[in-house]
Amino acid sequence: MIKLQQLSKHYGNIVAVAGLNLHIKRGEIFGLLGPNGAGKTTTIRMLTMLTWPTDGKALINGYDVTRDLNKVKQEIGVVPQQMNLDQELTARENLELHGRLYKQPTAERQKRIEELLDYVELQERADDLVSKFSGGMKRRLMIARALMHNPKVLFLDEPTVGLDPHTRRKIWDLIRRMNNEGMTVLLTTHYIEEAEILCHRVGIMDRGQLIALDTPEKLKRKVGEVAVESFEDTETGYKLFSSREKALDYAGQVKSNVLIRDTNLEDVFIELTGRKVGD
Amino acid sequence: MDFYTVLWREMIVLKRTFYKFLASRLVSPLLYLVAFGWGLGRGIRINGGNYMEFVVPGIIALSAMNTSFNAIGISLNISRLYHKTIEEYLIAPLSAGSFVLGNVLAGTVRGLIASLIILGLAFLFGAKLVLNHWFFLVIILTCFIFASLGVVAAMTINSHEDMSNFSTFVILPMSFLSGTFFLPEYLPQGVAYLIKALPLTHASYALRALAQGQGLLPISLAVLGAYAVLLFIAAVVVVKKVR
Ligand SMILES: Nc1ncnc2c1ncn2[C@@H]1O[C@H](COP(=O)(O)OP(=O)(O)OP(=O)(O)O)[C@@H](O)[C@H]1O
Ligand SMILES: [Mg+2]
Repeated sequence: MIKLQQLSKHYGNIVAVAGLNLHIKRGEIFGLLGPNGAGKTTTIRMLTMLTWPTDGKALINGYDVTRDLNKVKQEIGVVPQQMNLDQELTARENLELHGRLYKQPTAERQKRIEELLDYVELQERADDLVSKFSGGMKRRLMIARALMHNPKVLFLDEPTVGLDPHTRRKIWDLIRRMNNEGMTVLLTTHYIEEAEILCHRVGIMDRGQLIALDTPEKLKRKVGEVAVESFEDTETGYKLFSSREKALDYAGQVKSNVLIRDTNLEDVFIELTGRKVGD
Repeated sequence: MDFYTVLWREMIVLKRTFYKFLASRLVSPLLYLVAFGWGLGRGIRINGGNYMEFVVPGIIALSAMNTSFNAIGISLNISRLYHKTIEEYLIAPLSAGSFVLGNVLAGTVRGLIASLIILGLAFLFGAKLVLNHWFFLVIILTCFIFASLGVVAAMTINSHEDMSNFSTFVILPMSFLSGTFFLPEYLPQGVAYLIKALPLTHASYALRALAQGQGLLPISLAVLGAYAVLLFIAAVVVVKKVR
């Protein structure tokens, strides 16, 4: 559904994205992880035609993002990292503007607006100005807006940043529901457990390159399924082992307090990128 | 017809903030009329008419310019650099031409309203002006030109501060020098030539001639038309290049 071939983006001397090769299948929820500045947003901006690639190629449903602009535009819905709703309009007007921009016939547009307001539970606030919304309400409205024209692919750049646990779960449910209805989803996140719960496959980016690509399960198996945390005086040490026996062996040699547990995706991330998320 | 969507959005916002817009557009022309028309200009006769009737077309031209330039330039610049709302339009299947036309027409509507306010004030101040369809055409053309310039500036200037510098160094001098309050003939010849190449000069000349019943100045109309076409094309080009 989404194909990247040697996709690159340079900003002067900065290489934001360095030759990505990736194939995301129809109906997949794909998560793009990576430390700040890894190039996730830049990748999404190239896929959504907000910036031109310096090199390489990207196809969405077979359409080239630098050539078949209007074809691609009908296929994709975008929820950008930055809140970009029209603050001078109400929630309903924001959706209506989107529908009009995509040339939806009036009756269909009105029906879709009501449907989506229910879907993201904003029916009661529909006629309030967006500037009076909370962060979570704005996120939900942004997702509703991206869905207005029934896209086949949805791009979500950090869709749950700054949301409370309830709202976050609501958005997860929303993403799963859309995916069950056949939508392909590409999302980025810094909440690794979010990727672990939600994504069929994840790609880990660092400095513009893809350094790992697999299902969360397989990635964990690759780096070792058992983690040992040891608390030295100031820092916590992490070591990953392929079996419980090896982990116990190691734990026996450590003098400080230790914790033995299953590996999670965050361990994979740290092991591969060599820094804690957000460093 | 895609441009209508852009215009539709602008008109919703205009309706919602109409009284605020009206009030803000009232203040500066009122001050100009009081200071230059009533206070300073009382008793001055220029080209055989009174100064009030001389200055009103100039004030209309400069208000049309300021209102349409600011309405589009500032909001589009903020939308591009800060709110990022412009991305909603760039992602949508909307051509650059429709996007620009919608915005420029929105700026024109605002500029036209501002001009009508001044006409209303001028009549209250007792100015006698001849109004016909050419008069309004020239106003609309002026608004169109400066709304297009607003798009060009908004899309090419990369900080809010430089945007206000542009206003200070380009728009403000034009407001005062382009035959609005006095004729550029009084200035040194080189400067006068330069000023006569500016669109606002032709707008105030054309409006003044029409208001004083001297009929249409075809050259000024042609110059305004040429500026309108060129700046509109420039606006479309810079919007296309923004990716
Ligand atoms: N418009 C731009 N001009 C110059 N450099 C840019 C621009 N946009 C991004 N970059 C650079 O490209 C690199 C990748 O940035 P990008 O926003 O894609 O990272 P990210 O993975 O989305 O990070 P985050 O997790 O912080 O959102 C960074 O080094 C950034 O400074
Ligand atoms: Mg980002």
